[in-house]
Amino acid sequence: MTLILAFTLFVLAVFLGVELISKVPPTLHTPLMSGSNAISGITLIGALVSAGSEHSTLTTLLAFGAVTLATINVVGGFLVTNRMLSMFTARRPVKKTGPDT
Amino acid sequence: MNRSNIIELGYLVAAVFFIVGLKGLGKPRTARRGNLLGASGMLLAVLVALLDQAIVSYWVLLAGLAVGATIGSVLAVRVQMTSMPELVALFNGFGGAASVLVATASFIEVTDLGVIDDQVSIAASTTALIGAVTLTGSIIAFFKLKESMKWSGFGGIRTVNALLAISGIVLSVLVVTDPTNTTWLWALVAVGALLGVLLVVPIGGADMPVVIALLNSLSGLAASATGFVLDNTLLIIAGSLVGASGLVLTQIMCVAMNRSALAVIFSTAPSASMGSIDPDDVYAGKVTSTSAEEVAMILDTAGRVVIVPGYGLAVAQAQHAVREMTKVLEANGTEVVFAIHPVAGRMPGHMNVLLAEAEIDYEQLIEMDEVNPTFAQTDVAIVLGANDVVNPLAKTDPDSPIAGMPILDVDKAQTVVVIKRSLSPGFAGIPNPLFAADNAIMLFGDGKKAITDITKALGE
Repeated sequence: MTLILAFTLFVLAVFLGVELISKVPPTLHTPLMSGSNAISGITLIGALVSAGSEHSTLTTLLAFGAVTLATINVVGGFLVTNRMLSMFTARRPVKKTGPDT
Repeated sequence: MNRSNIIELGYLVAAVFFIVGLKGLGKPRTARRGNLLGASGMLLAVLVALLDQAIVSYWVLLAGLAVGATIGSVLAVRVQMTSMPELVALFNGFGGAASVLVATASFIEVTDLGVIDDQVSIAASTTALIGAVTLTGSIIAFFKLKESMKWSGFGGIRTVNALLAISGIVLSVLVVTDPTNTTWLWALVAVGALLGVLLVVPIGGADMPVVIALLNSLSGLAASATGFVLDNTLLIIAGSLVGASGLVLTQIMCVAMNRSALAVIFSTAPSASMGSIDPDDVYAGKVTSTSAEEVAMILDTAGRVVIVPGYGLAVAQAQHAVREMTKVLEANGTEVVFAIHPVAGRMPGHMNVLLAEAEIDYEQLIEMDEVNPTFAQTDVAIVLGANDVVNPLAKTDPDSPIAGMPILDVDKAQTVVVIKRSLSPGFAGIPNPLFAADNAIMLFGDGKKAITDITKALGE
């Protein structure tokens, strides 16, 4: 992949991110933050490849640390977000009904 | 179709999952599904990554996955909702650290193999700097949120930070021009780590929501920069999505406090001007103290009650007591809503989570802009553990440290009941003329006990 293509992806994704998030109600800001935080643990996939390639002891150690930390980020992040959101939706789930009622 | 094409397509599908998931997280009804979609995207990405031909042994990575998953689940299941900001800060830091480690490991790998190019070295130095700042900044934020850290820096800290930033840039240039010497990259990580500490140390408690949002953004940007190191599309896309969403939230928090992100980071904090108003002048002889029984009597005849919760409510663990009181009032025919200031908690949306945990319907939680015009038709406003966000000085005193900050107009309600331990100031360190207003009465004491007493008196 050329640098310019990678940079194009980056810029487009930033604009997409802004569009996706701008209209989120304040009620959901905390779960949104912890959920998106879990997504930023995507660095995990780079860590996995690095940890499995056994290039040298040093890089393997670094990569092991990376896999561990990123997995804490990912697993913990999604789980805790789910825990929060389950509190939001447990009661009167369909109070505001759609137009077809 | 060869293996690397399959991997790329798998990553594309995962990216779509993340995008649809984030969109779902934006609406109460779809939020849980959105989170599940995000998690599924991550699982898919991990499975696809395991197909990578560079992987020759699975032991190390499986061990890392197992250890990480165990620690992550335990933290997620055990955390108290009041400590959510600390946990998010910690996760942010781990994400940043992971990015630094991956970028460093792969930088060392390509320098060993002699296939380094400018993209890798520029991206690795960017990751090292952003990731290290995210890591140590988050750790400091964690301790500040736990209130186990009082150190707020030293004189000239801004000069030191400027010097650190400059040396960061110099080291980045060295990494790029002399990539075979990995010492430069390690030095850059060290400088970033120190900078992260010194940037967050002077930032006060009230600004924490901005800091958390900003660190969230940085952890995404670090992942994105790692994507440039590894030439990995999914890292670039997912990382920049998160980076952008963190920036949007930072902006929202800044608007809510009428401060610029730069003012928060460089700690151009409210300082000398708070001396302009003497608490004695504001309060002397004008504060009316009341009892739980009296408050219950007023509430008994109220048609509409607005509760204004602040972080003090969470500290007093009064959420469940508030719900009990709400139930009694509603059974009495009183309309009860909650007015939520954007910075009511320690992170964006924190107060909503705390009240949701106490099983208060999220549709009863009303945003500032929506609730403010309704205070004039409100019989009783109950301020519980909030202070600066209801301080009229924000509107009347242009020299005040909170001047221009949007506030909840509780003083427009017929009666304002303020439940507070004492007349001590909030984070901004200034007196609050609301407490001395003619229509305000103070109920001094612990929030939880006060609410329980009111509820008891209401039942009699």
